[in-house]
Amino acid sequence: MFRNTYDSDNTVFSPQGRLHQVEYALEAVKQGSAAVGLRSKTHSVLLALKRSSGELASYQQKMYRIDDHVGIAIAGLTSDARVLSNFMRQQAMSSRMVFNRPIPVNRLVSTVADKAQVNTQEYGRRPYGVGFLVIGQDKSGPHLYEFSPSGNSYEYYAMSIGARSQSAKTYLEKHYESFADCNLEELIKHGLHALRETLQQDKELTINNTSIGIIGPAGVHEKDVPPEGPFRLLEGETIDVYLKSMVPKRSEEPSRPATTAPAEAAAAPPPAAPAAGDEDVQMAE
Amino acid sequence: MDHFPTNWGRPRNDAYDAYNTYPLHQRPSNAPTHDKFADAVQRTQQPIVTGTSVLAIMYKDGIMMAADNLASYGSLARFKSIQRLHAVGSNTVLGASGDMSDFQHIQSLLDALVTEEFTHQDANTLGPAEIHEYLARVMYARRSKMNPLWNALLVGGFKDGKRFLAYVDLLGVTYTAPSLATGYGAHIAIPLLRQAVDGRQDTLTEEEARKLLHDCMRVLFYRDARSLDKYQVATVTDAGVDISDTIKIDTTWDFAEGIRGYGAQTQ
Amino acid sequence: MTSIGTGYDLSASTYSPDGRIFQVEYANKAVENSGTAIGLRVKDGVVLAVEKLIHSKLLVPEANRRIQTVDRHVGLVSAGLLADGRNLANRSRDEASGYKDTYRQPIPLKFLADRLGMYVQTYTLYSSVRPFGCSTILGACDKTGPTLYIIEPSGVAYGYHGAAVGKGRQLAKTELEKIKLSELTMREAVMEAARIIHLVHDDQKEKDFELEITWVGEETKGVHLPVPKDLLEEASRRAKAALEEEIES
Repeated sequence: MFRNTYDSDNTVFSPQGRLHQVEYALEAVKQGSAAVGLRSKTHSVLLALKRSSGELASYQQKMYRIDDHVGIAIAGLTSDARVLSNFMRQQAMSSRMVFNRPIPVNRLVSTVADKAQVNTQEYGRRPYGVGFLVIGQDKSGPHLYEFSPSGNSYEYYAMSIGARSQSAKTYLEKHYESFADCNLEELIKHGLHALRETLQQDKELTINNTSIGIIGPAGVHEKDVPPEGPFRLLEGETIDVYLKSMVPKRSEEPSRPATTAPAEAAAAPPPAAPAAGDEDVQMAE
Repeated sequence: MDHFPTNWGRPRNDAYDAYNTYPLHQRPSNAPTHDKFADAVQRTQQPIVTGTSVLAIMYKDGIMMAADNLASYGSLARFKSIQRLHAVGSNTVLGASGDMSDFQHIQSLLDALVTEEFTHQDANTLGPAEIHEYLARVMYARRSKMNPLWNALLVGGFKDGKRFLAYVDLLGVTYTAPSLATGYGAHIAIPLLRQAVDGRQDTLTEEEARKLLHDCMRVLFYRDARSLDKYQVATVTDAGVDISDTIKIDTTWDFAEGIRGYGAQTQ
Repeated sequence: MTSIGTGYDLSASTYSPDGRIFQVEYANKAVENSGTAIGLRVKDGVVLAVEKLIHSKLLVPEANRRIQTVDRHVGLVSAGLLADGRNLANRSRDEASGYKDTYRQPIPLKFLADRLGMYVQTYTLYSSVRPFGCSTILGACDKTGPTLYIIEPSGVAYGYHGAAVGKGRQLAKTELEKIKLSELTMREAVMEAARIIHLVHDDQKEKDFELEITWVGEETKGVHLPVPKDLLEEASRRAKAALEEEIES
């Protein structure tokens, strides 16, 4: 039934000191459609690919506003994301209530990570099955964080999570040094290019399957954005202008085979494939 | 043992006053029913060891706050070298009147808060506005539990080039103004402070501000029977918090010689 | 490992026939896979240093700190599962502020390490939890002077002059033993710490790393702080120079 003896629950270390249930939870994140985040000196943006279960169904929600200065994109179990985003909203409101200040973004992310850690250590629970990209701004400018079910959180210049996110990551790693000085439109363009890498062969980004979240001053295509540049979620017709700004795929990088990944990133499995490189002892077999 | 068989099985005499020992309205059975609430838990009803007024003003470079060194026990001048100004972090000062043990409790709350903030090791610090909001929440939460911290507090500070001055008291009431005072000072010193400060806070120099507070502390010492002629001044500016050594107020009491009950009595 | 497959290694609440608790030993394995962290207790303070492995070049440098502050005078660094390390840091903060509420003075590290050890030990008793997958170094300067402790997944908390946990701890310990720690100043200890971290880092096998150093002692007025940037850079530069010299000779 199990892949090995040590993966039945949270409370068991494998002889190599690994926690298989936590690693499987990380796999759940990879089942969700991809999300990409990146930041410049002035802006942080999130881009996400929305799935729809059929022509009669609407597209899923991939982004949540936490507070004026914080927004998240999710990949993985949506119901877990709703619980955790609710928790984050409570934390944010509590900071406004008690101290009359927007919650520092790094602390918000750490708090939710600490919450997730508990679920990796106790029997009868499961780790959360969702990963976040969190963008926010504070006195030191815009930020981008990743939160994962293992209870870890890191700050990045750019990051991607979800299905086939490795392809997006490869794009980001290639270009991240230029992000700092990008304006909003260029940043979104880079984001869309990265997100495009996660698509299946015959698919493309449309106004229906793409969400864009922005923090920072208004861009040239935006109207009625308050001067402090709060989190805003762009969907539908409003993102058309950004989609049109993309460079058509073929002409852009002729030498880019989709599967080329840096050496350390060998594990870029197709969705639902088991984790590559599982060298743990397989007792059950 | 009751030796009257007719009383057996009946209520005790003292419960219905068989012999009309009491007038009608005072008979045990007619007495007002016992107030159940009288036995309920009682919380702070009054302050015990108290500090009197705190004064604070904005001036050109920041804010300035003054409070004397007395903690009274009723009308007894009990402790004469108590500091009632407390630095919170490096941008804020807190001045307290009212119950001194409650003030000490507030100090430890804030110290724990500042330590927690420090342990995060990021660029964020708590400024005067955050401290004031926090105190307002604490004071209001306590009064809503019918268990107030018996203080009137002034919070002053200077952060990111901005002055901050605000009031919060045991009811959770808050307000802000260029010049503030608690206690007796709210009656006696406020008119003097407003006249000198309000509208002029951007030009008032440190020297003028010190002199103003010194004069007000002297007036208060003359008129407030719970005050002392020793006080301290705190400033919060770009350079941070500075709390002065004790300053002595010079006073003359010649005028009082002729007052009956004060000076040597001639009659 | 002979324990594998015997069934005695599936729970922290199970002894093996020879009296071992394998789950705790496996937790130690989690520690051994992580970047090295060291602590030096010297004449006038304590220095903590860690080899922070960079798993992606997209990480913002210096943003993801590994050495945490527990109280004004206490620093903490752990090796192993980092999320577990944060859990322990949060617990330590609660203990430190709880102690202060009761006694109105900063917690001496002896007590903090003792209490944290007890907390960690409870996670080795039950099948409903797993042990902490991290070894934690605590460093502080309290009224007894500089102090340094390690808390292991088993819950033991021992005091040290020089402490090392994580992947390169054996080599780091050997290096620490060569130094006369009790005669060093904090500044000298920062140089040694940088040298050791650079030395134990395996360039061939490992990803890139970032050096992070903090200190607490006389020079910081008893407050746990990151070392100033220029000192860190100097220490790093000297460490690299010393390594190259060693290779040449």
